[in-house]
Amino acid sequence: MAHFLLTRLWQSVVTLVLASMVVFAGVRALPGDPALAAAGEEATPEMVAAVRAQLGLDQPLWVQYWRFVKNLLSGDLGTSVRTGTPVSELIGATLPVTAWLTVYALGFAVVVGLIAGTVAAVRRGTVTEFGLNTLSVVGLSVPSFWLGLLAILYLAVGLGWFPASGYVSPVEDPLRALHHLTLPAVILGTGIAAVVMRQTRASMLANLEADYVRTARAKGVSQARVVVRFALRNSLVVVVTLVGLQLGGLISGAVVTERIFGLPGFGKLTLDSVFSRDYPVIEGVVLIVTFAYIIINLVVDVLYSILDPRIRVTGANS
Amino acid sequence: MSLLKIEGLDVAYGSSAVVHGVDLEVGRGRRVAVVGASGSGKSTTAAAAIGLLPGRGRITGGRVLLDGEDITPALQGKDERRVRRLRGRQIGLVPQDPMSNLNPSARIGRQVAETLTVHGLARGAAARSRAVELLEEAGIPDAARRAKQYPHEFSGGMRQRVLIAMALAAEPELLIADEPTSALDVTVQRQILDHLERLTAARGASLLLITHDLALAADRCDEVVVMSEGRVVETGQASRVLREPAHEYTQKLVAAVPGFGAARAEVAETREVLRVENLVKEYRVRGRRERMRAVDDVSFVVRAGTTTAVVGESGSGKTTTARMVLGLETPTSGRVVLDGGRRDMQPVFQDPFGSLDPTKTVERLIDEPLRVFSVGDGRSRRERVGELLDQVALSRSLAQRRPVELSGGQRQRVAIARALALNPKLVVCDEAVSALDVLVQRQVLQLLERLQVELGVSYLFITHDLAVARSIAHDVLVMRRGQVVEAGKISDVFDNPQHPYTRELLSAIPGRAA
Repeated sequence: MAHFLLTRLWQSVVTLVLASMVVFAGVRALPGDPALAAAGEEATPEMVAAVRAQLGLDQPLWVQYWRFVKNLLSGDLGTSVRTGTPVSELIGATLPVTAWLTVYALGFAVVVGLIAGTVAAVRRGTVTEFGLNTLSVVGLSVPSFWLGLLAILYLAVGLGWFPASGYVSPVEDPLRALHHLTLPAVILGTGIAAVVMRQTRASMLANLEADYVRTARAKGVSQARVVVRFALRNSLVVVVTLVGLQLGGLISGAVVTERIFGLPGFGKLTLDSVFSRDYPVIEGVVLIVTFAYIIINLVVDVLYSILDPRIRVTGANS
Repeated sequence: MSLLKIEGLDVAYGSSAVVHGVDLEVGRGRRVAVVGASGSGKSTTAAAAIGLLPGRGRITGGRVLLDGEDITPALQGKDERRVRRLRGRQIGLVPQDPMSNLNPSARIGRQVAETLTVHGLARGAAARSRAVELLEEAGIPDAARRAKQYPHEFSGGMRQRVLIAMALAAEPELLIADEPTSALDVTVQRQILDHLERLTAARGASLLLITHDLALAADRCDEVVVMSEGRVVETGQASRVLREPAHEYTQKLVAAVPGFGAARAEVAETREVLRVENLVKEYRVRGRRERMRAVDDVSFVVRAGTTTAVVGESGSGKTTTARMVLGLETPTSGRVVLDGGRRDMQPVFQDPFGSLDPTKTVERLIDEPLRVFSVGDGRSRRERVGELLDQVALSRSLAQRRPVELSGGQRQRVAIARALALNPKLVVCDEAVSALDVLVQRQVLQLLERLQVELGVSYLFITHDLAVARSIAHDVLVMRRGQVVEAGKISDVFDNPQHPYTRELLSAIPGRAA
């Protein structure tokens, strides 16, 4: 197990280095000149050149990359070309919003998806299953921005159950934060809940028919235990894989959701910095997202090996 | 009073009835075998008796009595608590496939202990230590350590022992064993059955053994119930049924048991079609320094118009040898010399379901080699497919069908027709009849023999089944752990085995004693 963890950790570090190179190169391949953007439209060529030198953009690429990595390791992500604020500060202010939002959305999606999928599999061929299947198709196909607008219109403005916009930190006031985040999290999580539900259902159906489930029944194990301890337990690997894959969609989905609900999160920061060619901010944002991705994949892999003993490759007693 | 009494049992899946009026009795401490081909309703009858009919299966008529109590309503799902008290506690089940019947994500010890805990017989540490004892009794060495392992760390034979320990944990009065050893090698099969016999006898439990193997049934049980097409056709004392079968179907079954008939006549020495010289295959095994020798210095020849059988258990290297002969694997060293080109050698594989592309018609499947080697045009190919269908005794009207519409035996005939399409000199049959019921197996073996006489084709016949080898082969190689331990004329090896392993294999064949 320790060996497995170390190997995965090492792989994550390599991935991270590669990702930093890709991010660095990718941002510089974007059309548009940041020095021009920073110097303003009225600037003379000399002024632009001065700005370029000041930003270090006249140096060879590898020098720029080296400086980028050095700063990165000391926690310095640079300063925003647009506002002059340190990037780490910008990210520090917006990251928690997005993090809370995605964690909440994911939690909602997994809980709802697992329960709905299990119920649909156990109630196979009934009206309940038909209803849940229909709901999942709706959840998958309706775009989240439209769902978000409907929710604001009816649940927030119409019924007044939820605030239509704004953010409260869960650290400061958990209850109010829950109130503010519920609507966006549910909207963001709906699509994933639908996918999780369908996968859980399919996997549960296969597992409920499996030989070892029949053998468990032959031992006298009750239906409830067969469903949860045997079928659901063995379906979790599929769900964990799926959730890991869906996270990318979740982060880009957060950009849209934050817009609709006026949340001061990462999504807004990303959009603004891309439009103004704010290299340091884009780099910082993409790096943080990549980092989150790699960490999550690491967590998924570790979860795997906990859920499925066959994945634990130790070599000690095989 | 008998322990289990089944009276006029009818079972249906949806609206199609599959078991018709089955009567069956198992006395206390008695061993009864239900014998039949796949689709005979033997497993369905057993599943009905423990309330585990799959899908839409249900009991539509008759009664099941356990120790005088009518448990039919409980089995029909009308009394969930009664049926749960029944399962595991009064009737234990040893299922067929050891690879798929254990929960992959739970430790072995816990799975065995679970039988005790769900019936409230023991809990916690007591249940765990009892589980270790049970595993020990079932013949698992180092049980205390092994109990902490997961199913994937066990071999097939060891898993079957675990399943037996699980089924016996709550000391049920009746044990239903549904083909408990069909997936295992013959020597392992014997050990497991010996163990099962000892454990049930020690507990005074009764055994209902479901099997397709008449010889095994006669070896292991007091009484035999023969089923065909959902009906019981004959019931009687095991030795009597095997010696003097009364019903026509049982007679056919007895006659089809391989190895009981005569061996094939010897043939004059002919030219070599295949020569294999010092064949070696090594694999790297993860986590080990030295390489594993799957095939270790194997040499043999196959002569024109004859069959050479390669016999061995799983892991013996027989299939790897076949794959190297076919060119599907590259030998580490050694040579395969074939008289002719690639098209002079064709394969027939085991799984008649997996080895035929389900989206293609029979005609497309059979003429594939012709198209690959651009032989003839559309019309001549169609004509050739017709001829081939005649040769393998399939109706020409099947040409436009797809594999799903065919039975296992028909599919294997299609595979043989495809192998013969290019008039090969050698056909490599890898467990080609192993998945077939004994009667169908007999027919396919007879077909192969007839084709050999008519076409002069040679066979390299890979099988785990010595009895099958005896009925088809002229020469035989016995393999073990990659090496040939014995080789020679089939009659010599059978009647006068030299190597102890060959002797062990021969004595493990069920029905040899009878």
